Amino acid sequence: MSEFDAATAAVQAALDAGARYADARVMHRRYESMSARNGEIEELTQDESIGLGVRALVGSSWGFHAVPDLSDAAARDAGRRAARIAAASGRVPGPPVELVPAEPVTATWASGCEVDPLGVALSDKGDLLVEATATMAAHGADVAEGLYQIWDTAKWFVSSEGHRIDQRIRECGAGISATSIGDGETQRRSYPSYRGQYGTTGWELVTSLDLAAHAARIAEESRALLTAPLCPAGETDLILGGEQLALQIHESVGHAIELDRILGWEAAFAGTSWLDLAQLGTLRYGSDLMNVTIDPTIPGALGSFGYDDEGSPAVKRDAVREGRWVGVLAGRDSAAVAGLPYGGSVRADGWARLPMVRMTNVGLEPGPHTLEEIIAATDDGVLMDVNRSWSIDDKRLNFQFGCEIGWEVRKGRRGRMLRNPTYTGIGPLFWRSMDMLSSETVAWGTPNCGKGQPGQVGHTGHPAAPARFRNVRVGVRA
Amino acid sequence: MSERELAGQVVDLVRRLGGPGAQAEVVVTRADLALTRFANSFIHQNVAESTVGVRLRVHVDGRTAAGSGSVVSPDGLRALVERTLAAARLCPPDPAWPGLTPPTPVPSGATVDEATAYAEPDERAERVRAFVAAAGGLETAGYCRTAHRSSAFANTAGHSAEGRSAEAAMDGIARTGGADGVARLCVDRLADLDGAELGARAAAKARAGADPVELAPGRYEVVFEPAAVADLLENLSWYGFNGKRHVERQSFVEPGAAQFDPAVTLVDDPLGAADLPFDLEGTPRRRVTLVDAGTTRTVAHDRRTAAQAGAESTGHAVPGGASFGPIPRNLRLLGAAGGQDAAEPRAAGTAGAVADVDTAALVAQVGRGLLVSDLWYTRVLDPKSLVITGLTRNGVWLVEDGVVTAAVRDFRFTESYPRALAPGAVLGLGRHPVRQPDRVDGAWWEAPPIRLASWHFTGGASG
Repeated sequence: MSEFDAATAAVQAALDAGARYADARVMHRRYESMSARNGEIEELTQDESIGLGVRALVGSSWGFHAVPDLSDAAARDAGRRAARIAAASGRVPGPPVELVPAEPVTATWASGCEVDPLGVALSDKGDLLVEATATMAAHGADVAEGLYQIWDTAKWFVSSEGHRIDQRIRECGAGISATSIGDGETQRRSYPSYRGQYGTTGWELVTSLDLAAHAARIAEESRALLTAPLCPAGETDLILGGEQLALQIHESVGHAIELDRILGWEAAFAGTSWLDLAQLGTLRYGSDLMNVTIDPTIPGALGSFGYDDEGSPAVKRDAVREGRWVGVLAGRDSAAVAGLPYGGSVRADGWARLPMVRMTNVGLEPGPHTLEEIIAATDDGVLMDVNRSWSIDDKRLNFQFGCEIGWEVRKGRRGRMLRNPTYTGIGPLFWRSMDMLSSETVAWGTPNCGKGQPGQVGHTGHPAAPARFRNVRVGVRA
Repeated sequence: MSERELAGQVVDLVRRLGGPGAQAEVVVTRADLALTRFANSFIHQNVAESTVGVRLRVHVDGRTAAGSGSVVSPDGLRALVERTLAAARLCPPDPAWPGLTPPTPVPSGATVDEATAYAEPDERAERVRAFVAAAGGLETAGYCRTAHRSSAFANTAGHSAEGRSAEAAMDGIARTGGADGVARLCVDRLADLDGAELGARAAAKARAGADPVELAPGRYEVVFEPAAVADLLENLSWYGFNGKRHVERQSFVEPGAAQFDPAVTLVDDPLGAADLPFDLEGTPRRRVTLVDAGTTRTVAHDRRTAAQAGAESTGHAVPGGASFGPIPRNLRLLGAAGGQDAAEPRAAGTAGAVADVDTAALVAQVGRGLLVSDLWYTRVLDPKSLVITGLTRNGVWLVEDGVVTAAVRDFRFTESYPRALAPGAVLGLGRHPVRQPDRVDGAWWEAPPIRLASWHFTGGASG
């Protein structure tokens, strides 16, 4: 029985059991990760998971059931159970559910991949991590860590509206970090970011990072940070490196424009959003330099795909244009509630999870400056880079971030290294203060976006470049 | 085929394909997990999964690798064993391999409630209906979940074990006028979840939180309700009582030192609920006292960190633990009476912001301070000093002269958790720990309300 046959059987069984719409996803995912610590391999894990998840709409209530079995009997049983669960949902009914129209698609799509990451010899991958972590340990790191992760996902989607789509998405990435331990605190430096850089690419991404070449530098920086002066407390001009700005976008824009949050569907857990749909198209989100797109078509970026997990094709849209809020991340049902004509941002973390609104690639379009120009134009400020901690409220307004490293900026020059740099603010006020933005854009990948109950881990991309923000509160500490 | 038979089959395959010197441990788990989720006072997501998973770790020719999979057909199991053995042979040597758990008696574990293990979607939906109805027209959101796992362990040293777990949990908010109130509970039996009681409690707190005022940031005396205390316990577990972090000197914990207020006794008690009686390495799980009347006693270990520390495994091997370490995930802060007093109900006899008699007793002692229901999005600024930033959520109230006088808008805080619990910092504890669910079944955090001398609020809702 083919994967499409199993998905089709599940959908048909759900319809036979009373569903007015059903879809099913078969997913086969292979995962591999390896970590190294202080010059030795710490853990090698390989996982292979195959299963089917079916979603049924009975009346205006949803149900979902998943099984690790692609036999005809198991698929049909899963479809019937999904319909039964949907019927139970009807005990506490909500408003009518509609789905924005979607053309039935028959298609095949695959992400780009030059070097199959699972085809690279384990010994070569291990050598890479061992060399980089040994170098960090030799240059003063107390704890030197390296990690790569690989996902190779094949999925087959069928809907009762006639969709029949198969996709193969290969993702991978890697990173290293050095931690130095002092008397009362630790200091960490990472390259290229805390968990590394990730994309929908082959192993060529990891090769291009050249981890070993950066190992000595970050180890020495982590050691030096232990005795560096504290980031001063107060209001100042803040320059953020691109990696940190990527997470700032993720937390204070990406999540805020998720339509399920705006509609209150995540109120008890992930939270809601400060955005009000009545202001879509008019609200001033940020300065004129702020142009944010939702773009799952970027080759190699971590949030890219051909079709989302409702069968909607990948389409680039504006989220913020010249500082004005103009778009959301949506699914077919949430879009219908909001009166919007598009979905396209629904994904599931594996076959056993319900598809839900997730970020794709949400990022800033490049600005007109360079980082060096921004520093040169700053009389008094702090430059911070590489995230160390992140926290934001349930409406995505009040945030506080910590970075691994900071530098004083005085009279247009980068000065002393600063430890424990933190900054805090309110989303729209912060974005409205952005007055310089670099053109040096990188599509940073975030492989650990948590959302949903049961929990799901999403893979998202965030094109970002260094930028300057005026009069930001920095140096918050206990 | 049973989980025990599947585990035995994998061990046999390793012996056959890996040779007589191959060491292996395997855990097979079947799980039935279901979660009924509601928002805007209706069920909007309702999911269930029936899964099976095999976790295998092999050590061959001095090298170690782990593999896992969901395919339990003969071909699937053979493929898992072959690829894991192949991976191990390509890995560098693992001189710190701690060996396998020898044959060891494993407790039978608590009795699993079959009605919870095989709960129907209608039963979860009924509790949601009761929660929504009891909120009296307020907007509600949350979930009701049930979880059942049946698991078997086997290794090539001849050790085997099996067990089951079951859990039910409900977590919901009610909302009015921009204020949220929360009620949250984790139990062994679905029958012990009263949706109406929880819904009424959440609604009462939401109504008491309406029209909040904004207070200036600064240091305040606080009373934390159990949901907020759960966050303290979770972060202390991950970053403090984690044997790996301790071995690497990244933890603040110093066994033998009086690091906490004498009121603080922390016990990890996996068998205090219907959880699995063994860990990922087959080590029997048991009650471990981590802090006794303020004095730190020990940290959690798996076999690897135990070997590094010259200690014994405490039964805390978890998936991913090789990287992030062994974590106590069933942590209880004992109540003021020195333990649970099951005979004395926690009594929901108070109204509004103060939801129970324990909290009422603590609030009555506060001159000027804050009552805090819940903490949110807590993240570590420095793992060794365990300085954490986060926000309050689901209700904050000003307390003056022992009485709640106003609802307060949410704060951001930046605080060292060990410092907030240090000797002299705990001004009072409730008597009745309340079990709070984790994001995943099998983990929970149990605590009474606690009164702390000082908590550093570093920002208000408006910045």
